[in-house]
Amino acid sequence: MDKSGEAYWKATLGLLTKILVVWFLVSFGAGILFADMLNGIHLGGYPLGFWFAQQGSIYIFVALIFIYAKKMGEIDRKFDVHEE
Amino acid sequence: MDLQTTIYLVVGASFALYIGIALWARAGSTSEFYVAGGGVGPRVNGMATAADWMSAASFISMAGLISNMGYGGGLFLMGWTGGYVLLALLLAPYLRKFGKFTVPQFIGDRFYSKSASTVAVVCLLTASLTYVIGQMTGVGVAFSRFLGVSSETGIYVGMGIVFVYAVLGGMKGITYTQVAQYVVLIFAYTVPAIFISLHLTGNPIPQLGLGGDLVGTDMSLLQKLDSIVVDLGFGEYTTTTAGSTLNMFVYTLSLMIGTAGLPHVIMRFFTVPTVAAARSSAGWALVFIAILYTTAPAVGAMAKLNLHSTVNTAVVSGGDLYAVESSIKADERPDWMKRWEKTGLLKFEDKNGDGRIQYYNDKTKNDEAKAKAEAAGWKGNELTVNPDIIVLANPEIALLPNWVIALVAAGGLAAALSTAAGLLLAISSAISHDLVKGVFNPNISEKGELMAGKIAMAVSIFVAGYLGLNPPGFAAGTVALAFGIAASSLFPAIMMGIFSKKMNKEGAIAGMLAGLSITLFYVFAHKGIFFIKGTEYLDLIGGPNPFFGITPEAFGAVGALFNFIVAFVVDKFTKEPPEHIQHLVESVRTPRGSKAVDGAH
Repeated sequence: MDKSGEAYWKATLGLLTKILVVWFLVSFGAGILFADMLNGIHLGGYPLGFWFAQQGSIYIFVALIFIYAKKMGEIDRKFDVHEE
Repeated sequence: MDLQTTIYLVVGASFALYIGIALWARAGSTSEFYVAGGGVGPRVNGMATAADWMSAASFISMAGLISNMGYGGGLFLMGWTGGYVLLALLLAPYLRKFGKFTVPQFIGDRFYSKSASTVAVVCLLTASLTYVIGQMTGVGVAFSRFLGVSSETGIYVGMGIVFVYAVLGGMKGITYTQVAQYVVLIFAYTVPAIFISLHLTGNPIPQLGLGGDLVGTDMSLLQKLDSIVVDLGFGEYTTTTAGSTLNMFVYTLSLMIGTAGLPHVIMRFFTVPTVAAARSSAGWALVFIAILYTTAPAVGAMAKLNLHSTVNTAVVSGGDLYAVESSIKADERPDWMKRWEKTGLLKFEDKNGDGRIQYYNDKTKNDEAKAKAEAAGWKGNELTVNPDIIVLANPEIALLPNWVIALVAAGGLAAALSTAAGLLLAISSAISHDLVKGVFNPNISEKGELMAGKIAMAVSIFVAGYLGLNPPGFAAGTVALAFGIAASSLFPAIMMGIFSKKMNKEGAIAGMLAGLSITLFYVFAHKGIFFIKGTEYLDLIGGPNPFFGITPEAFGAVGALFNFIVAFVVDKFTKEPPEHIQHLVESVRTPRGSKAVDGAH
């Protein structure tokens, strides 16, 4: 892989890491490991840990994929590897 | 119009729609048959993926499981949606760039080995076949409950419908029927939920209603539910976990990895025109899935509250749950309970002979609840409710009009049929493309392969139908197995193929076999060798759940980890993959130059 190819892949992996950290924190973190602690806080009638496990993590997953798709598009264009 | 006629009309109309689409979307080439010509837009593909993904289990069983498990049920919600993040980031765009028809073809080409692709075909066939059995039995159940025909007749009708649009249209026919099926199933799921949420909380949006206050009180719905179930000796709804925290963690991870590794889901991303479309399409798929998945917890919790208030009048009045007159009289129980008693999914037994129904947890560890039940003269729980009826009986419990009940019947069938069709396509393309063309007859013509694909599809439908009619004793455990296989064999192999340039064929094959064997070993120890009763060997591994208390359903992630470790160790001691494979990986990683998906080997 040439120089710019390597830089492109590095940028891609950087983005993936950031997204996966959030993915992990909302589901395994807030939804499971820290759920008990967060249940002390309420979001309307929802205890917060319960909300992350049954609602919040799903909404954030959706947002994460669209953010990923958008940022990847930017990286593609920056390194001039986009389609068309 | 009576209920039965309404159901026939609604279900009949939905079937006519699917067949109409099938006739319009006939496949004329292998590209149309395998990948719908590669021209499906990201939103349409997302919707089809959602229908493909949401099976009879998501539609019928999930809310009931959540209702039973409470907070711990969140593992299904997070597991079955979080997998799409992995799919979008780690697999879908790269496999789309690779640009071939099937998953085993990627594994075979990337690891320059016919053996690797054959191992992948075996994994794919096992995972998809076990999964499709569940769908076929689901079709049978939905038919027999709602149309008053036998489960056998139901499966024959289901086979006939799938046959028409899957054999005629292949992926093209399946994609456009799945879009229609998504619309049917999402209406069927959300309409009753909206009615019930409005009734209980005054908020028509179930996702908000679940976090709202009960109508006419300043107590939140979840607080009320918690206090009632705890008073009756059950675990607190909003905090009860599934086993240990570690088990819930690993179980969630296994479902996520398994979701991302299921071939019938991955295949859907071969139908979009570009790499960028594959990325956003995964997002759209999750949007359409999330509409149902965020409604499910509301359905589960509200059904639980409704059920308790049906049998115990003190739930609504706020009086003493253990007072004699709080439990309803058995001969005054509502009609829907009597209807479901006939199916055996709901049972009432008057253990203390007082003519009233007591519904509580008689095995509770809560001393206060135990003492109250004894003082009230309760002699054991008298009502058993199969979780599967929560969604199906929900409209009846809430006394909704007939057309809503008919809609739920059509929705359950749409969910089962759309998933079955997607699985059947994965099975038949593995046979016609990876085995017939890839191994036995590489020179087969385009026309010949299309014919082979259609024959493989027809045969798969008959095999699936046969297995649905004569479910092997293991039917219940099989979906867990499908996820275990996808997680422990396919996902790691594909991921290493993309993210490691140096991973060679020896490492990949050893990893797949190792991950698969250890997962099967652990599952079979609990459930019997190939699920044959009496062949469990728990003593050999030291009792149930010996590995840190992890249940066999949750073991896929451990299998995946084992796969990765074995693959990297073997890779270290064997020679690097050839130069052209490393170039292949580089090209898969960059979007430019993506072309229409084709089948060339």
